[in-house]
Amino acid sequence: MGTENKIEEKLKSEVKNLNFYYGNVHALKDVNMPIALNKVTALIGPSGCGKTTFLRCFNRMHDLYPNNRYEGEITLYPENVNIISSAIDPIEVRMRISMVFQKPNPFPKSIYENVAYGLRVRGVTKKNILDEKVEAALKGAALWEEVKDRLSGSAFDMSGGQQQRLCIARALATDPEILLFDEPTSALDPIATSKIEELVIELKKKVTILIVTHNMQQAARISDWTGFMMLGELIEFDKTDKIFTAPSEKLTEDYITGRFG
Amino acid sequence: MKNMEDIKSKIAKRKIFNNIFAIIGLLSTMVGLALLVTLFIDLAIDGTPRLSYKFFTSFPSRFPDEAGILSAWVGTCLVMLVTASAAIPIGIGAGIYLEEYARKNWFTSIIEININNLAGVPSIIYGLLALGLFVYFFNFGESILTAGLALALLILPMIIMAVREAIRAIPNSIREASYALGSTKWQTVRNHIIPYSTGGILTGIIIGLSRAIGETAPIITVGALTFIAFLPPSPVSGEFPFINFKWLLAPFTVMPIQMFSWVSRPQQGFHLNAAAAGMILLVMTLAMNAIAIYLRYKFRKKVKW
Repeated sequence: MGTENKIEEKLKSEVKNLNFYYGNVHALKDVNMPIALNKVTALIGPSGCGKTTFLRCFNRMHDLYPNNRYEGEITLYPENVNIISSAIDPIEVRMRISMVFQKPNPFPKSIYENVAYGLRVRGVTKKNILDEKVEAALKGAALWEEVKDRLSGSAFDMSGGQQQRLCIARALATDPEILLFDEPTSALDPIATSKIEELVIELKKKVTILIVTHNMQQAARISDWTGFMMLGELIEFDKTDKIFTAPSEKLTEDYITGRFG
Repeated sequence: MKNMEDIKSKIAKRKIFNNIFAIIGLLSTMVGLALLVTLFIDLAIDGTPRLSYKFFTSFPSRFPDEAGILSAWVGTCLVMLVTASAAIPIGIGAGIYLEEYARKNWFTSIIEININNLAGVPSIIYGLLALGLFVYFFNFGESILTAGLALALLILPMIIMAVREAIRAIPNSIREASYALGSTKWQTVRNHIIPYSTGGILTGIIIGLSRAIGETAPIITVGALTFIAFLPPSPVSGEFPFINFKWLLAPFTVMPIQMFSWVSRPQQGFHLNAAAAGMILLVMTLAMNAIAIYLRYKFRKKVKW
């Protein structure tokens, strides 16, 4: 099924025979996928194909709800630890892997407190460290110039695109090793979308990125590797150029040429 | 053109129904409001002449003109203090547990159904429960403590339901955002769930307390006095240890019971006293509701989704 490891680059993570169940529903079927270090890996596929389910395995979000079950491995390098093993505390995983959600979901707190939250959770209380990290995260999310004069203002007074970049800054503040994006631009206008896309390309210098997107052009523009999923299976995984110009699977070709989806 | 006229006549027809419903709705609203206003005016006409500083600072008396509500309002305040201190922490704790911690299984479903049903149990039943449990079993006597705890039991289901409602209004995306940053459950509850639901929780608490302040049946059952010419020992004193809890076990009366006792006397003068006390009780209740509305407004303004 085109899932053999074609990557010769350094890996940040590797998914091996991942199966996931919502109760009796078998949502992910034997997914194998390498995640290259400091690269953008995109997941595309029709609605309900399991891409978000797959993404949410990486920070153990499924552990928040009852009757969910993982099988297989998601290995995180360099420690070579299986992050979906029940022996690993989900909180530990979430400390290392951050997530940006589909709809901007800032806390109803100030801009500063939103970004500082992850640090506060980790017990950071020193004002100068918080200030420094908040500024760095906001700069990293290309938001500093717009908000530096109103850090104590409410996050809800920002535009949708700014709120999403605030959520990125919030996720960045804790220096994650992997950043997960779940359709981060689906609620945004084209200008805000292009800002987020530029940001993703900029961020991959420092952090490994896994992004789910409905928008195939977006995947083509920003990702290095692309996986095409359907009905819980990974149909094809390859370099983004290859997927979009010469896919080896008929299903992939049908999907990216718009024959269904 | 024929068609257009047809459409217009149909719209007009539908609009008639729309207007009829609006009128029915307005009338239904007015019935409730008019009754409350009438009641208040009626009480005010009878009671206003009796309102004076002396009315608040006098004990009950055989003579209507000298009788006051001192023991009643002090009793009401102290009973409310006990009720609030018992019902608020337990209610918030139970509400948070059921919404955020409890796994959804048959056991929690039974608890849920029970809490919903308890909110509808007649208040006299709570009185009997308190009589058996607090008066005879725990030997708290016919005291402020017993009455306060009886009322706390009565409003606990209401508070739990209000807390749960307020917590449920918080979008799940906020919880997920918090957990995704590595929060524990307690950090999420402490930093997000409680602050964002404070408005709704306070509203529920105050509505529960305004229900408790007017309750008579359970208080009579646990043995409140109808004539009491002394105050409970003061909770605070000038000497060490400054705070004492003797007042908890003191006999007491409360506003609704004072009213009830006056209304059942034959003399016209006592009826006027009852009207005056009723007005004060109504004002106390409305004031509590006003505080609830203000708090809700204030917190909703701060937290928006």
